Amino acid sequence: MEFKNAYNLIIAGVGGQGNVLVSQLIGQTFIEKGYFVTIGETYGASQRGGAVMSHIRISPKTQLSPLIPKGKADILIALEPIEAIRVLIPYGNPYVIGLINTRPIYPVDVTAGLVAYPEMKEIKESIESLCMRVYYIDATEKALKMDSPILANMIMMGTLIELELLPFNYSDFYEILSVNFDEEKIELNAKAINEGRNAVAKIR
Amino acid sequence: MPAINLNDEPGKELLLMGNQAIARGALEAGVKVCTGYPGTPSSDIIENLAEIAQKMDIYVEWSANEKVALEVATAAAFSGLRAICTMKQNGLNVASDSLLNLNLIGIEGGLLLVTCDDPSAHSSTNEEDTRHFSKIADLPLLEPATFNEAKEMAKWAFDISEDIKNVCMMRGVTRISHARGNVTLGELSQKEKKPYFDRNIQRITFPIVQKHNLLHEKLAHLEKIFQTCQFNKYEGPQRPDLLIITCGSSWLYSQEAVGLMGLQGSVGILKIGTTFPLPPETIIKHLAITDKILIAEEVDSFLEGNVKELAVDFSKQIGLKEFFGKKSGHIPFSGEMNTDRIIQALSRILDFPYESRDAEYEAMTQNAQKLVPARVLGFCPGCPHRASYWSIKNALQLDDRKGFVTGDIGCYHLARTSAGWNLLKTSGAMGSGTGLSSGFGKLERFGFSQPTVAVCGDSTFFHAVMPALANAIHSSSNVVLAILDNSATAMTGFQSHPGVGKNAMGENVTPIDIENVCRAFGAKVEVTDPFDLEATKLKLLQMLDDPEGVKVLIMRRKCALLSQKEEKCPFKVYVHEDKCIGEECGCNRFCTRSFRCPGLIWDTKTSKAKIDEVICVGCGVCADICPEHAIVREEVT
Repeated sequence: MEFKNAYNLIIAGVGGQGNVLVSQLIGQTFIEKGYFVTIGETYGASQRGGAVMSHIRISPKTQLSPLIPKGKADILIALEPIEAIRVLIPYGNPYVIGLINTRPIYPVDVTAGLVAYPEMKEIKESIESLCMRVYYIDATEKALKMDSPILANMIMMGTLIELELLPFNYSDFYEILSVNFDEEKIELNAKAINEGRNAVAKIR
Repeated sequence: MPAINLNDEPGKELLLMGNQAIARGALEAGVKVCTGYPGTPSSDIIENLAEIAQKMDIYVEWSANEKVALEVATAAAFSGLRAICTMKQNGLNVASDSLLNLNLIGIEGGLLLVTCDDPSAHSSTNEEDTRHFSKIADLPLLEPATFNEAKEMAKWAFDISEDIKNVCMMRGVTRISHARGNVTLGELSQKEKKPYFDRNIQRITFPIVQKHNLLHEKLAHLEKIFQTCQFNKYEGPQRPDLLIITCGSSWLYSQEAVGLMGLQGSVGILKIGTTFPLPPETIIKHLAITDKILIAEEVDSFLEGNVKELAVDFSKQIGLKEFFGKKSGHIPFSGEMNTDRIIQALSRILDFPYESRDAEYEAMTQNAQKLVPARVLGFCPGCPHRASYWSIKNALQLDDRKGFVTGDIGCYHLARTSAGWNLLKTSGAMGSGTGLSSGFGKLERFGFSQPTVAVCGDSTFFHAVMPALANAIHSSSNVVLAILDNSATAMTGFQSHPGVGKNAMGENVTPIDIENVCRAFGAKVEVTDPFDLEATKLKLLQMLDDPEGVKVLIMRRKCALLSQKEEKCPFKVYVHEDKCIGEECGCNRFCTRSFRCPGLIWDTKTSKAKIDEVICVGCGVCADICPEHAIVREEVT
């Protein structure tokens, strides 16, 4: 796969969704393939309900800065639908490919009745207006069926791999996964990734 | 994920966090003693070193505060060992008393002092620029621009430190320390050294003036060393239209800005890694190649001021220059840097238009903006602090004297937001909640009648609250101190502190009992489980009612994130559909509107409360707040 000089992925979500972990695994997979990888994570206090965003920047030639410049995202993986829009506003452009988990996590101001969470139809229209192509995945629902909502991140990862948007395949990623995870967790995560891969046939 | 795998071969390239790279650099330099106090974005350095402490036979500790951390590291350096001491920017204020004497005293073994600044204050109460301390202390300062450089610089810093027999400072920023990138491993040091304190040398600041003078001689020596340093380099045309002088992560942003604008042929970049003292010849040589200079750095105009000073000193040689940066308004004075900020500066200076997106797309992002609700930070589901503040709120309301909370630094600082009902009315330095409360408690003679509840956490108690508590008792001040003891330094990632039974390296140690400490000080002490809302509220009310002396209420319950790791979810919580009468109730959605746990949501279809099974951790506290007892907690068997 021909890769341009600066390729930019964003993983957006809410604290506690396993955003940072996925970005590290993607980053390590690229390092193994000989690329320069820079990851900038905006989390800080976000474990406490805030928006979390990881910028994963890949270059075959040079170490890039930890923040994607305005309008330069290539792929967006949103673990929560409204977070997709939050990130597209500064970093989107007409060529972005978006992978969106459809399950909302309501901000506390929404549950408190102070502000509204938009209807899914409205959210989808907005995302589609800001992306070239969008894939929706019911990742949290699939993860709940596996009794572990946290696996939504790995399900999304599986979809990303199966769409062949990146220059690595499942076995490259599995190798990184297996050196980083405790043995008893490897198979469960691999199963979640395969759930996400299987989902591609339906959304294509 | 294991960060520093000791089995990896030298030459292997890894994805490391800047802080991991610094830790690795220290190991390659043969560091033996590692100390720090947790604080984002610095904590990972000590955390990573602690993980491999046993295998590498090094000593790693989380100290009680930053000043003590520097002193523990200094003892090693006095004895000839290499030591590293780490902290966030605010921490250096605490350690500065030691630092500004130690610089006069000097050391034997290399001592690297790493401060990690937080431009934009992502996880901080300020965006202080600690580089000024290097100038105040007349000590060398290194600023890494990449992850690999962070490792290489950390390693080199020990040589510099031993060369001048003094501390070498290094400044990380969030986007280096907490970002990740390529790092190539070097050899781990196998050097062994027996520590020894030479009694022929008195480690004191006297004779002061002579030693101050010696510091300046060393700065002159450092200027020469930095002249040939690999971390300072120029890339660009021989005679650029504009020269960017930059340091730290701003170097990466500068390169990208110039690349995106296609200005490689007309703009040169001088990257400085040795920010203080600046090597004069390097700076002057490059100032001479152009007339226009843009300086890009985070946060203050530290480099800018020092470069301008040299430009004036050498103005006869190089002529007058036009400077752009923070002073000229081309780079904002606050907030972190990014590529777009440099693009905007270049665009203005060179009158070179640049648009990242077309107008049509910009208009669509404006529309999208209206859809996005803010995510205010809040307490995690199951967090004991929500329950603690709920009781503080209710007690202050019942007390009815317009009482307020004087806050401190930790997760419980989030009571500044709606998640803690905006209860927190003051906060600043570590420990200042209790210090302020001690002061408010003495204003009664002037007619002040509002009670205060000072809050602090268990780690903060040992860091800075104990002197304030002693003060309150010594001054017979009317103080209520709520210690939100969650058995963790939770905000920064569960580091050890003197109140828990394990040290940084995981060894069992004797915990200090906060309750007994407070009693020994002379305070009236009670302990409560914050999940027992009624008992907690009553205890607080009694304390607020008691006009005499210092009352301490220890609100003790383990951080929910910790207990979730260690124990099973205690309750299955659900809303009984028949009992919740929704909008008819008259409670005005008390559970979701007022209690504000993210696990409680309002189902707009049924107009009733609902538990979000993805978020709820089953603490069961909300069952006690529903007026209709519609929230049910069932014990999980």
